[in-house]
Amino acid sequence: MHTTTSEALDLYRQMLRIRRSEEQIGWLFSRGLTMGTAHLSIGQEACAVGVVGAAQPDDYVVSTHRGHGHLLAKGAPIAPLLAEICGRATGFCRGKGGSQHIAVRDYSFLGTNGITGGGMPVATGAALSAKLRRSGQVALSFFGEGASNAGTFHEALNMAAIWQLPIVFICENNGYAMWTAAARTTSVPDISARAAGYGIPGVTVDGMDLLAVRAAAHEAIGRARAGGGPTLLEAKTYRFCGHSKSDNGSKYRERDEVAAWRERDPIARWRADLLAAGAEPEVRQLEAAIEIEIDEATRFALDSPYAEDEALLGAYAETARPAAARTQQSQQLVEVR
Amino acid sequence: MSRTATYRDALYEALREEMAGDDAVIILGEDLDNGGAFGVMGDLPERFGDDRIIRTPISENGFVGVAVGAAMTGMRPVAEIMFMDFMTLAMDQITNHAAKIGYMYDNQYSVPLVVRTPAGAGRGYGASHSQSLEGWLIQVPGLKVVAPSDPADAKGLLKSAIRDNNPVVFIENKLLYPKSGELDDNAAPIPLGKARIRRTGTDLTLVSYGRMLDLALDAADILASEGVECDVIDLRTLKPLDADTLLASVGRTGRFVFVEEGTGGVGAEVCALIAERSYGSLIGRPIRVAARDTPIPSAGPLEARVIPQLADIVEGCLESLRGV
Repeated sequence: MHTTTSEALDLYRQMLRIRRSEEQIGWLFSRGLTMGTAHLSIGQEACAVGVVGAAQPDDYVVSTHRGHGHLLAKGAPIAPLLAEICGRATGFCRGKGGSQHIAVRDYSFLGTNGITGGGMPVATGAALSAKLRRSGQVALSFFGEGASNAGTFHEALNMAAIWQLPIVFICENNGYAMWTAAARTTSVPDISARAAGYGIPGVTVDGMDLLAVRAAAHEAIGRARAGGGPTLLEAKTYRFCGHSKSDNGSKYRERDEVAAWRERDPIARWRADLLAAGAEPEVRQLEAAIEIEIDEATRFALDSPYAEDEALLGAYAETARPAAARTQQSQQLVEVR
Repeated sequence: MSRTATYRDALYEALREEMAGDDAVIILGEDLDNGGAFGVMGDLPERFGDDRIIRTPISENGFVGVAVGAAMTGMRPVAEIMFMDFMTLAMDQITNHAAKIGYMYDNQYSVPLVVRTPAGAGRGYGASHSQSLEGWLIQVPGLKVVAPSDPADAKGLLKSAIRDNNPVVFIENKLLYPKSGELDDNAAPIPLGKARIRRTGTDLTLVSYGRMLDLALDAADILASEGVECDVIDLRTLKPLDADTLLASVGRTGRFVFVEEGTGGVGAEVCALIAERSYGSLIGRPIRVAARDTPIPSAGPLEARVIPQLADIVEGCLESLRGV
């Protein structure tokens, strides 16, 4: 798949936006400004951008505990993401969710998810609903190789296969479930091999190669939308950081291994190609714009109040503040700032 | 028009009417054909077709999760867990997903989901097919838990549960399926969260739900023959509790007995409510009549030692009447 320079710049922008946002989340964490922990996807950006970029805006995404990148790849703004992770009233879920529980309805983003493998049946349900409503939507179900050992993986893939649902299961295989190497816990080196057990296509691609991910996702999403059923798409990738903010990833991975994967950094490689193509002015311009967005988002998040009065509202749908009132309140907070 | 119908038929009618009234209502579950495992499905598969009746594999956590995802995106699924014991397999999707998605995602999504499930002992099915696990479920914020005791309530409450915008666990006691009762064709859906006073008396408040409600009424008859008059309250919705009705009754009688088929978790909650909010009005110890703290044996005579019987309820009431 070929891209024009303007497309290439946009893909670079999307990946860099994720990288810089997550580096900023790491910085906020180190300053004690975030709530809870955060699972960063630094190094895995080509998976999020490659897959989500091959989908339509109203296609559903069900994400994981490592989901900031999937949301940003959907086009969501950075400011409410940082605000949510800092627990503020202007966050996507006004501080009720935190990093692992962020949904954004406007982007058909059905949520980051704190239960490993927990999102896979939910995504399958969204695909069933799309099929029954004949809406033409496809569901994208992200998960890690660790989740492929959970029962939900089996149940979801089997149901998606027997009902021929419009869904793509995307395994971001970064080689480690927390600090346990996949080889210790997983019966096969390639998760895509498990597709055979469900009679569906299984594909493994280089998750550090944006175009390879994008091409494979394009094919799988197209098949799903055309009624051809589910695909298991595995992207071999790597997180340059630790599992969460409780480790830096150095105790269970050899220095050489990390260095070798860093050599294959999808963002650095993409940038080098853009510079070689003579796009340095545009590259520098968009990099500066991202820095401004990050700075503004950080200030927005840290200047925002906590939504303490909301804590006891919304356990039941009828006890939630109506959506219109919530939007109005968020608007006011933005204007006050 | 009023007519006689069974609990099973009342549930069937609620499903049929809600499916006919709203295309978003779908049913998911195992073995839904040939009437389903307990005969509730009737002709629904033929009537509504494969797009509305989704036959699932034996994947309880998976298909409840599918129902959650469908509920988030415009459907109103009714999932059936064939035995309440199998709810344990789906507790991740029920507890961590269905019950929390509204709140933790700031109510951008709702989960209008009903999980129907047959519960209870009395058929010799043994330890893994006879439990009443509602005591667990009422501890989960965001869930509603309903357990009707007769056909009219079964129909009216199921209709409300399907129309509710929250996840509702709907508990059907297996022994109630053949029970007959009056059904009014013009009856409105019965609101969730409202208990029903089945008998009034001044001496003692006797509270139950589901199958045990009839035994509580029988106990009240026996006590009446001895000159003791009971308020008998059918809780109907176990979560959220109808605290007002409970407290008003105990405030009048000063004595309180709770009867349930499970091991006492619902009664624990109700006893705590009364102790906290109506302690001063009590003139007798609050009593729970519940299953013994053992797994449920298969053999009938053994099971009868574990699950509350009529005599246990009468004895519990007499104990309450003996004073503090």
